[in-house]
Amino acid sequence: MMDPIAVPWQPRPGVPATITVSQLARLIRETVRANPLLNRILVRGEVSNLQTAPAGHVFFTLKDATAQVSCTLFREDAELLGFELEDGMDVVVSGDVDVFPRKGTVQLLVRAATPAGVGAFWAAYQRTRKKLAAEGLFDAARKRSLPSFPRRIGVVTSEMGAVVHDIVTILRRRYPVAHVIVAPALVQGPGAPASLRRALAVVADRVDVIILARGGGSLEDLWCFNDEGLARAVASCRVPVVSAIGHETDVTIVDFVADVRAATPSAAAELVSPSSIELTAQLNEAGRLLAQAIREIVVAARERVRALGERMSPRGLRRSVDTNREQLERMHEALSALGSREILRHRERLAAVGRRLDLLSPLATLQRGYAITEREDGHIVARATEVEKGDALAVRFQDGRIHVRVNSGGEAT
Amino acid sequence: MTDEPTFEESLRALEDRVDALSRGDLPLDQALAVFEEGLALYRRCHTILADTEQRVTKLVAAAEGLTEEPFPVE
Repeated sequence: MMDPIAVPWQPRPGVPATITVSQLARLIRETVRANPLLNRILVRGEVSNLQTAPAGHVFFTLKDATAQVSCTLFREDAELLGFELEDGMDVVVSGDVDVFPRKGTVQLLVRAATPAGVGAFWAAYQRTRKKLAAEGLFDAARKRSLPSFPRRIGVVTSEMGAVVHDIVTILRRRYPVAHVIVAPALVQGPGAPASLRRALAVVADRVDVIILARGGGSLEDLWCFNDEGLARAVASCRVPVVSAIGHETDVTIVDFVADVRAATPSAAAELVSPSSIELTAQLNEAGRLLAQAIREIVVAARERVRALGERMSPRGLRRSVDTNREQLERMHEALSALGSREILRHRERLAAVGRRLDLLSPLATLQRGYAITEREDGHIVARATEVEKGDALAVRFQDGRIHVRVNSGGEAT
Repeated sequence: MTDEPTFEESLRALEDRVDALSRGDLPLDQALAVFEEGLALYRRCHTILADTEQRVTKLVAAAEGLTEEPFPVE
């Protein structure tokens, strides 16, 4: 007999009467996954029961006063977290809710996390800072100098807002020669560190220097720039990085590892660009030196050509005589400057020259018995036809002269 | 990446020409040729400084990796 109170349970039409556990788990999983409210969510809570599996996956419970949820952070994401989780830490995690059929548990699959609250921020910041400082990442010795004339300047920042505008405006005014490549990135929130690293990586291959910038914001807003992974990416970046994050009083971990830290995004733009006024001055100086060098070369060449032409003209001959005379005078001066022994030596040489000259002189001829006929004025009479009857002449012998008068006119014989 | 010499390269090349001329050991015809080159580089640098409109692009994800597209600023 049937219980009158009991209402027989009738499966709904279209649904199988019995399903397996696996089917149920799959149903739950699909339901959860399909619910947009459970995907890409941010959850704030306190970390507890933190465990790291040998494979590197991290398991913990996120709790508040009245509830808790299991969390899984896979190794790949854990490595990119940027700071160390610890029990009791107040965090905001981002991720998706998922179901693990094997254990029948609902889990939060954490993709990223940031510390929440001043205490947690400060603790995480100090830990990362000490760790990287110990590795020498902040050492002045490993900081690179900025290129003097970057051809391409990378700007990693949000493509919205004033920062990118300020940077581009200053670069355009100071150094329009450079090509500016903006690599847009998220600059706050849990996805920011990964987004910034990606932007940094893709732009580094295309530029000579990078500005990594963000405008002012709260401690939470700037947190992504304290990310350990991002700091390491900046340190190992192919090209120098100038950081300009928040206001001057905000110093993030990225500022410590950057090759140069600028107080503001505008200051960063000025640091990476030579001023076109200075460039114009440098260019003009080069132009002036070029003109001066060629002028000197042309003047020297013209002088050489003129000198060559003169040497071949009568004027040139006279000039060469003058030149020789000058040379002689210089030699004379040089002789005067010589010591007495040298003067003596030169005198002897002069005397020897004088003796040779004597042999050729008319005096030597007279000594051999010949005589020379002269007019009264000393002109030598070389021919008989030069004289006429009555001319007064003188005849020179080797020991003196006699005066004679011509008796008959000269005739050629 | 373009193969056209940059402002920096042109300025360096100009300064090289100045150095070569200043040494004063070039034959005249070579010196004049070097001067002509220097003059062309000087003019080129001036043009670059005076006329360049800055290129600003933005990296965007595309079907094949990344591309650059103009980044409007004003």
